[in-house]
Amino acid sequence: MSDDSLLDLEFEIIGGDFNQAGRVSTKLKSILKEIGFDAQVVRRVAISTYEAEINVVMYARRGVLRFKASPQKIVIIIEDEGQGIEDIEEAMKEGYSTATDEMREMGFGAGMGLPNIKRNSDQFEITSEVGKGTRLEVTIIAGDGSKS
Amino acid sequence: MLVMGPKAENIRYYHTLKILEEKCRGRMRCMRACPTQAIRVRQGKAHVLEELCIDCGECINACPEGAMVPLTDTVEQTSKFKCRVAIPSPVLYSQFSVDIHPPEIIAGLKKLGFDYVWDVSLVCEAISEALRLYLEEHKGPWPVISSFCPAVIRFIQVKYPGLTEHIIPLEVPRELAAKEMKLELSEKLNFPLEEIGAVYLTSCPAKAVSIRQPAEKEKSWFDGSISIADIYNPLLSAIMSLGEEEYKDDLDGLSAIGMGWKVMGGTCSFLEPGSCVAVSGIVELTKILDDIEKSKLREVKYVEASFCLEGCIGGPLAVENAYVARVKTIRLENRYGKQPRIQKEKVQKLYREGHYFLERRIQPRPIKPLHPDIAKAIALMKEKEKIHNLLPRVDCGLCGCPTCLAFAEDVVKGLLNISDCLYNSIRKERSR
Repeated sequence: MSDDSLLDLEFEIIGGDFNQAGRVSTKLKSILKEIGFDAQVVRRVAISTYEAEINVVMYARRGVLRFKASPQKIVIIIEDEGQGIEDIEEAMKEGYSTATDEMREMGFGAGMGLPNIKRNSDQFEITSEVGKGTRLEVTIIAGDGSKS
Repeated sequence: MLVMGPKAENIRYYHTLKILEEKCRGRMRCMRACPTQAIRVRQGKAHVLEELCIDCGECINACPEGAMVPLTDTVEQTSKFKCRVAIPSPVLYSQFSVDIHPPEIIAGLKKLGFDYVWDVSLVCEAISEALRLYLEEHKGPWPVISSFCPAVIRFIQVKYPGLTEHIIPLEVPRELAAKEMKLELSEKLNFPLEEIGAVYLTSCPAKAVSIRQPAEKEKSWFDGSISIADIYNPLLSAIMSLGEEEYKDDLDGLSAIGMGWKVMGGTCSFLEPGSCVAVSGIVELTKILDDIEKSKLREVKYVEASFCLEGCIGGPLAVENAYVARVKTIRLENRYGKQPRIQKEKVQKLYREGHYFLERRIQPRPIKPLHPDIAKAIALMKEKEKIHNLLPRVDCGLCGCPTCLAFAEDVVKGLLNISDCLYNSIRKERSR
């Protein structure tokens, strides 16, 4: 694959900044639409990046979202510096959340973030270290063999 | 009409917008107002990029020269039909002073030469019941989005193609009213369907387009549309010349609550509160659609979406101020009562028979990608970002593009040259 057909972008996400949360997802969505990716692929990218952004905003000091798109697949890597996840298995359960009341009042923290990202991805990897941060790697197949 | 850009392929999109070139002074108001960035100003004249235009009519409102005109029909154009039927959008009832009531407006239309005037408000009420039934049975995806605003439909098809499956597959009141009218009158008068001409009186240029090229079926039940702004004066004179014996002041066959459909929140008022939102205007509409696309709107089951602020009463071809029209609609409800005029059992039976459903689901109509080959499109996108970084990014518009990003895109597409950026040229000149 030539370098020309790999789109590589990086965005910074600031913890606690609910105002900006979702901007990266909206930006990526419009780029992918313009390139001409399948509408459902775009949708899955939009949902997973949005959830990932919200997680960084809610639980971390800062994070970096790295986005790589090629005709075959889209890879999103989100690394944050924050509290980390103690029990990943538990966190992957639908409805599990450690959100504070304040976060819930703002409409976040329904405990659907991680499972929702996983549901919308073809490959999903998560590693985390308590007190340090979390790393997510999400792959969405764009070319042949994609989930419909 | 004037169109430019890549040659249209197999499909041509109709637009009911015409630019009067002799009036256009290239003032760029339309270009800045266009929500899909479909307008460019070249050689001092506005041009529309056909595939991006969704016929919302924002440019008609924005043009200070009156150079943007909707291509609606005239009353005379309908004279070829043996039987001429006007179907006024309920918006029409809110356009006159409060002592002119719907029965007078209907009588005035007959005086203008229409053989029949057919009402939409009862159908609005019936479809509200169908909507309630649909939401009860629907299994997802949530939320569903209303189908009545053709500008919203086209906006979703073009800008949010992934959301077309959220559009509720229910027929819109105007089309259903025209269908019911034609079938009923053709039987009653023993006329073939094609001799009955149905004309929609509307505040909306997008509806005029949806009549010429519907998104959800082969052919509309309407034969044309007339702008409320165009018919307003002759209609007002006709109403003023009415004798008292020419109309009866009751709402026989009309529904006051059905008329409320045309006001923002109108369809929600028939549904269980707490699970629907009503949104109007391009800014808020964009936010809501972005949120739906991110699956952020989890608690909401139904989104009523109108492109125009305040709903159809805010349409570009309306005469009355939208906020005043809203008040007038409320007064109509107060005057004629909020009691339902439809038989729910009958609607429920027709619903089961499929009477209220669209002929086909709305399909996406995504913007043509930068290149048909994704690998090349990615390369062009990178090129576009590179060019964008060289631009001032103040969106001054002097190049004739609405934003620096649109300029970068036009450069990548080979329509413009980077040296066409006047801002940069001036800056260079000054620093010399």
